[in-house]
Amino acid sequence: MTTVSMTVNGKKVSADVAPNTLLVQFIRDNLRLTGTHVGCDTSQCGACTVHVNGDSVKSCTMLAAQAEGADVTTIEGLAKNGELHPMQAAFKENHGLQCGFCTPGMIMSAVDLVKRNPNPSEETIRTELEGNICRCTGYHNIVKSVKAAAENMGG
Amino acid sequence: MSVENGIGASVRRKEDQRFITGNGHYLDDMNRAGQAYGYFLRSPYAFAKIKNIDLSAAKSAPGVVDIFTGADMVADGIGGLICGWGITSKDGSPHKAPPHNSMAVDAVRHVGDQVAFVIAETLEQAKNAAELIEVGYEVLTPVTNIAKALAPGAPQIHEEAPGNLCYDWELGDKAAVDAAFANAAHVSKIDLVNNRLSPNPMEPRAALGEYDAGSGELTLHTTSQNPHVARLIMSAFLGIAPENKLRVVAPDVGGGFGSKIFVYAEETTTIWAARKINRPVKWTADRSEAFLTDAHGRDHVTHAELATDNDGKILAFRVSTKANMGAYLSTFASAVPTYLYGTLLSGQYKIPSIYCEVQAGFTNTTPVDAYRGAGRPEATYVVERMMDTAAKDLKMDPTEFRLKNFIQPDAYPYETPVIMTYDSGDYPLAMNLAKEMIDYNGFAARKAQSEANGKLRGIGVAAYIEACGIAPSAAVGSLGAGVGLWESAEVRFNPTGSVTVFTGSHSHGQGHETTFAQIIADKLGVPIDSVEVVHGDTSKVPFGMGTYGSRSLAVGGSAIVKAVDKIVEKSKKIAAHLMEASVEDIEHEHGVFSVAGTDKKLTMGEIAFAAYVPHNYPADLEPGMAENAFYDPLNFTFPAGTHIAEVEIDPATGVVDIVDWAAADDFGNVINPMIVEGQVHGGVAQGIGQALLEGVIYDEESGQLLTGSYMDYCMPRADDLPNFRVATTNTPCPSNPLGVKGCGEAGAIAGPAALMNAIVNAIGKDIDMPATPEKVWRAINSN
Amino acid sequence: MYSFDYERPSGVNEAASAIGEDDKFLAGGQTLIPTLKLRLAQPGKLVDLSGISELKGISVNGSELSVGAMTRHVDVADSADVKSAIPALAQLASHIGDAQVRNRGTIGGSISNNDPAADYPAALVGLGATVHTNKRSISAEDFFVDLFETALEDGELVTKVTFPIPEKAGYAKFPNPASRFALTGVFVAKTASGVRVAVTGAGPCVFRQTDMEAALSSNFSPDAVSGIKTEASGLNADIHASADYRANLITVMAARAVKAAS
Repeated sequence: MTTVSMTVNGKKVSADVAPNTLLVQFIRDNLRLTGTHVGCDTSQCGACTVHVNGDSVKSCTMLAAQAEGADVTTIEGLAKNGELHPMQAAFKENHGLQCGFCTPGMIMSAVDLVKRNPNPSEETIRTELEGNICRCTGYHNIVKSVKAAAENMGG
Repeated sequence: MSVENGIGASVRRKEDQRFITGNGHYLDDMNRAGQAYGYFLRSPYAFAKIKNIDLSAAKSAPGVVDIFTGADMVADGIGGLICGWGITSKDGSPHKAPPHNSMAVDAVRHVGDQVAFVIAETLEQAKNAAELIEVGYEVLTPVTNIAKALAPGAPQIHEEAPGNLCYDWELGDKAAVDAAFANAAHVSKIDLVNNRLSPNPMEPRAALGEYDAGSGELTLHTTSQNPHVARLIMSAFLGIAPENKLRVVAPDVGGGFGSKIFVYAEETTTIWAARKINRPVKWTADRSEAFLTDAHGRDHVTHAELATDNDGKILAFRVSTKANMGAYLSTFASAVPTYLYGTLLSGQYKIPSIYCEVQAGFTNTTPVDAYRGAGRPEATYVVERMMDTAAKDLKMDPTEFRLKNFIQPDAYPYETPVIMTYDSGDYPLAMNLAKEMIDYNGFAARKAQSEANGKLRGIGVAAYIEACGIAPSAAVGSLGAGVGLWESAEVRFNPTGSVTVFTGSHSHGQGHETTFAQIIADKLGVPIDSVEVVHGDTSKVPFGMGTYGSRSLAVGGSAIVKAVDKIVEKSKKIAAHLMEASVEDIEHEHGVFSVAGTDKKLTMGEIAFAAYVPHNYPADLEPGMAENAFYDPLNFTFPAGTHIAEVEIDPATGVVDIVDWAAADDFGNVINPMIVEGQVHGGVAQGIGQALLEGVIYDEESGQLLTGSYMDYCMPRADDLPNFRVATTNTPCPSNPLGVKGCGEAGAIAGPAALMNAIVNAIGKDIDMPATPEKVWRAINSN
Repeated sequence: MYSFDYERPSGVNEAASAIGEDDKFLAGGQTLIPTLKLRLAQPGKLVDLSGISELKGISVNGSELSVGAMTRHVDVADSADVKSAIPALAQLASHIGDAQVRNRGTIGGSISNNDPAADYPAALVGLGATVHTNKRSISAEDFFVDLFETALEDGELVTKVTFPIPEKAGYAKFPNPASRFALTGVFVAKTASGVRVAVTGAGPCVFRQTDMEAALSSNFSPDAVSGIKTEASGLNADIHASADYRANLITVMAARAVKAAS
């Protein structure tokens, strides 16, 4: 066992876990934050995307131990004081989701995307979402959502 | 008077709030006290006899609770998985449905076939123990390709199916077709492969089984599109438990596309094992297991011929198809290449005679069943590639050839030679709209511009039709279905005026919680936020058939309308009593009941309250306000339309760039245009995936799955796809009270044919799907 | 994943002494962790290098760009120093994997794995870089030995990579449609010591295309390479592309890399 401590959604958490515990397992099983999903086992679908120290990462491809001391944000931590993050609001407004399974990871990636590209073109959005797979929407409305959110976020 | 958030409004989805905040409840999000974890040991071989299984070392591994094999289930009297649709061969014999045990008993027949179920305190412990199981295999030579499996001398996969033949089926008038071909001025021919696909909903399948030793009740939470059907099959055919002791719940389900219709081995084993060990058991597939065991789609090989006269009129159509069923017959597998395929071969065209024959066979591959569109994409692909080929042979513009042969708007009801009665439509309208949307007439100039830039450009049309709203029971029953295909609904008012709608349909991305609530808001004037839609729990909702075949709104929505009609009828009686008028004088509009010719009125909420607080009620009025209904439609629905794709191809690499896409679809009336557009986008994306990117590949020698992860199976990503132009035309469906036709599958049906026609148009040569860069490059560079 | 021990040293020497025969260094983990998840490796211990600050960072010293082994792809892609010294290297790094992978993956981890479809090997060989370890310096061409095989000895650890700054360089990649790794990628550099053309993805290991180097030496233009074919025998063939197709891609990507060179 190894002790891991980190800040998740603004709250300090600590637990003894086996060294082979993935960050996503720590988030889902230890913290019971089940909005972060697992959709593949080869690090491609992006359903498990969270922010570690502000950067989007695939939490299925990172050990919990590697997040020691880090500041982690999951989909549950995105809305502030009961108010949706502009990206969440944009996904709802623009029908950027259907079954909702890829959505938390897609939104977390999109937030990071806009952080890096405050005023993204459609092409940039499509390219930068390479690490997230959606099977329902055909991406049309996801692209629209990200563009709308970027505008609302003051890009 | 129009209603806020009523029919026709693009209401933002009610279910989104929980999904965008991470508060959805998907199956793997659930855990139970005392839960153990299940893991399947799977066959590494495509075909082998099992000589022995030694569990001794594994059973004593740390954390192991128990390990079961197929023999344990057989000893417990658990039956095999079934196929629910009987197909009759040309010679009158029933299709061959060899035994399909949840876990292998004497042989494994595809890579990934279940061999043992290991249950341990943790998943890692279960996996560790599985590695200690020793299985003695006698490895046999597999066959994965359907044409080879049906050829003489192929390995024999099941003794119950000689020559690996499941059935040899036919539809249509062979003599009439032969005669028409004999006298035809032109005969066009085409050979096609419809590539095998893996559905890949983003949520992998999962199951959580619980047993209550006190009540004897079993509860299975599972990723299902139709929990009632799952319960029926598990109860009636497998003998897991009587229906009254078996509850099946499908919570939030992360996509299905058909693959979660079927009753699978893993879910069945999980619920059975929960009772065996008297503890909750959870099994969650990882993506590798999903590739190996989720039923695949398509996998047809087809030869087709079209006879035409000198005026470009179609005389007859002849189609011969070989369909791969995989290693076992999945739940609805037999229906897909027959009644969901052959019956759609008339497309949108007036074709005097059609003959279709289909040989379905077994191979050492994952079972194949319905995947988005199920049979209808395969039919449309054959029809629409055929139309382009014929138009080219006749030196006609492909849209002119189609327009010349379309069934005309005044021809309904129209009976096709392949036993369908089309009820409504306007095919020229949709085609002309799509042409306008994409500026079809300006294509030549755009092509010239591309050529000047060293690129090839092509445009491709697909005029598709589908039979949706899968029902009616009498029709499907006469064609071999083992179940009826109606739908159920209950509309229950709470005393304070809010409404709970119970539906036998199931939403796994389609937005029923919003669309169905819109029907209530529209018809009964209840604010949409006061309407709760409940689905997916056999202990809550009346028996229903579930969601597939674009049927939820047409059939499930119509059941809700029927229940609403009963609510209105009862409310009129209460209103009459309360307002001291006769029932005949009560008028109703959007939840307001008034006495004709007066200003007296009551709202639905007031009436509902009175129904639950029936002070001063006459004896003949029943208290309460809840009505249920079962709806069985008169016919299938027939969504149809035209999609046009435009591509630009880089001849140096063969890369296809989709530069434009226009979809003009007739879905009948539309409840929520935003959701409908989203369904079209998603369907087209899967169609593009099939045409350009996706394909399940097996190593023909070893039978190993070579596309077993996202490293090798190419899923469409954002940068693979274009924006879509989407529009609808509307000829209301006469067969259901909402006038709706269904929209979920259209894009997946039209997409592949439109895109492949565009690519063939650009390069001037036929190629098969998926049109990978290398295939396109080779075609361009071949003589 | 099988169970393993985990250690996170803070210095290179400490890391080197922590590693045993059955153990593995953990850099960004973007290949190693998926490998462990699929139970394709069973190390006794993972030695996490992320706590070693001396392995991180980018600097320019005169005619040389230095990138620490634990520098992430995103840091290379976004670095003003890299963009000005070797823009092609920044561009290459910006297309490795996807955004999330670039936020974790490192140059040291990538080259130590030597995946035949990785991008960085093309840059290292194309630019004539030097790989520095805790024991020695190795030329890139000597470092990449064969399929998933490098010159690294047991317990040897990449500390940094130094790139001579070229006159101009360009990279063009044809991604595998499914995995997005390089089906074929060509890195072209015009350097003080001549033109170098390195090919990744097409063969079992990164290699130099010397015919193209010769042609570009006299005429550094896309036309100079567009007629040069690569022998297909020996190239990779799999379900995604035949050797013939990869050979074609070498020619096409080389011309595009030359065109893009800056």
